[in-house]
Amino acid sequence: MSITVIQQGISDTIQDTGRYGYQHLGINPGGAMDRIAMAVANSLTGNSAGEAVIELHFPAGRYLFETAAIIALSGADFGAAVNNIPVPVNKPVYVPAAATLSFTRPHAGARCYLAVRHGFALTPWLGSCSTHLKVAMGGFAGRALHKGDRIALNNTQLLLPDAQLKILPWTAGTQSLYNHAAIRILPGSCWQLPDEASRQQLLTGSFRIAQHSDRMGFRLNGPAMHTLRKEEQLSAGVCRGAIQLLPDGQLIILMADHQTTGGYPLIAHIITADIPALAQRQPGQSIQFSAVTGETAEELLWQQEKQLRYLQHACRLRLEKWLLQYEAHRS
Amino acid sequence: MNPEYVINPLGDSAIIVTWEQRIDPAVHAEVMKTYYHLRSLTSPYITDLIPAYASLTIVFNTAQLRYSGHKPAMQWMMAWVREQVKHPENRDIPAPRELHIPACYDPSLAPDITEMAASRQVAINDIIAWHTQTVYTVYLTGFLPGFPYMGKVCAALETPRRKQPRLQVPAGSIGIAGAQTGIYPITSPGGWNIIGQTPLRMFSTTAEEPCYCRPGDKVRFIPVTLEVFRQIQQEQ
Repeated sequence: MSITVIQQGISDTIQDTGRYGYQHLGINPGGAMDRIAMAVANSLTGNSAGEAVIELHFPAGRYLFETAAIIALSGADFGAAVNNIPVPVNKPVYVPAAATLSFTRPHAGARCYLAVRHGFALTPWLGSCSTHLKVAMGGFAGRALHKGDRIALNNTQLLLPDAQLKILPWTAGTQSLYNHAAIRILPGSCWQLPDEASRQQLLTGSFRIAQHSDRMGFRLNGPAMHTLRKEEQLSAGVCRGAIQLLPDGQLIILMADHQTTGGYPLIAHIITADIPALAQRQPGQSIQFSAVTGETAEELLWQQEKQLRYLQHACRLRLEKWLLQYEAHRS
Repeated sequence: MNPEYVINPLGDSAIIVTWEQRIDPAVHAEVMKTYYHLRSLTSPYITDLIPAYASLTIVFNTAQLRYSGHKPAMQWMMAWVREQVKHPENRDIPAPRELHIPACYDPSLAPDITEMAASRQVAINDIIAWHTQTVYTVYLTGFLPGFPYMGKVCAALETPRRKQPRLQVPAGSIGIAGAQTGIYPITSPGGWNIIGQTPLRMFSTTAEEPCYCRPGDKVRFIPVTLEVFRQIQQEQ
């Protein structure tokens, strides 16, 4: 039982929560850029929040379901369709066997996540199914999905025998899980390095996500930061969301596939709760920043975590009830 | 010796312990002592420990801390780290491994060695002698999986990074950047001056330990001929 890539996307990769515990060897965690969308898509299908999913960028691939499956999409809305019938994000969808999933138009967001009930049958590398492109390991053959790839599914039995596409009648509310305003930051160890005017600029100005931004990092186009002195730094371990100041005064935000160590001054950090919102912004879009305290950052993350946990339970109950009723109705 | 260090948050999900900012085996030994101590505690909250020249980055799971009732998580972790760094027990600190890494300095594998010798008006053999005379410390692995940042090379060997990075540096290439020497574990773009190549596989996806070098290792380069290089390469 599997799904087959019948048309290749620009960069569709398998991702999960990431590969932790190997950063001392220079092996970065990777994982879904938008962990909320991954968790929501998984929850809608009854999976655990961190089950491996396909992270899609537009134009995304076209997928043939060899077997019937319950799927869900979350994150970016790429105008998904099953057998050319539009299917929404944030709802569980019953896809009949031999159906084709395609993506027609990027309506909103940068990354869409496809979860399949019971997940994909993959061999983890160093404890994770996330695709590590640089060393060509993890995920599916350690690379982005190609035309002709057959990704095995863990669900081996045909769930529902009738061949009807079904969009299940409930929606995961994700609006409050994302910050739609300015991206919130905490000061970094070199916050005092740029001059006062540059610091003000960071908090009041507008920055554009540069074209060559990717899973490694988001480069920002904006007014150059001025520093009073040149700071030579010894390389040190860094983390996702760190904002590095490059020698030319421009900024780069470290994202999922960032290097484990870096020597550029860290002037600020995106709060963890806002990384998913940032991950859904596209190159060319403008972003603003606002400062919060560490305690606020933590509280926002905790609220998000609790909401996701609640959503997961609620989704699982709804789906199980629906499956039971369906079974009862049939017999 | 209890050198000065500072402990600071790094964003909202990590903490960094920073020692005196210099490349020094003694400072690094303190980093490694703390690293191994924290590792031995197998905290359920810590996801990664990243030792570097003079710092240790501690990445943790805030949600996990909150589920355990530690609130605010950052404050709790800061206090915990402060306590642990104060009293690092030495029992679980392994002696540094001494690695002998075969290195072939044949110009066919070392595109920058001829220029390095010429600019210093010395023979290629002098460059080889300088590079192999030192036992290096692996200060950190970063940039690429398993890329060891080693130092220091002798002053005569120090060379700034190339102005034009190469688009493809073959796996195993041994380079110099400033006072550092390193080995490309996988083929990659890179700006280090390439003075040799090891036939050893520095990164293996099938091995239980994927990386040949890890922080704290002591490394000595053993010069080998092109013939021996090919031989070892075939045996790999």
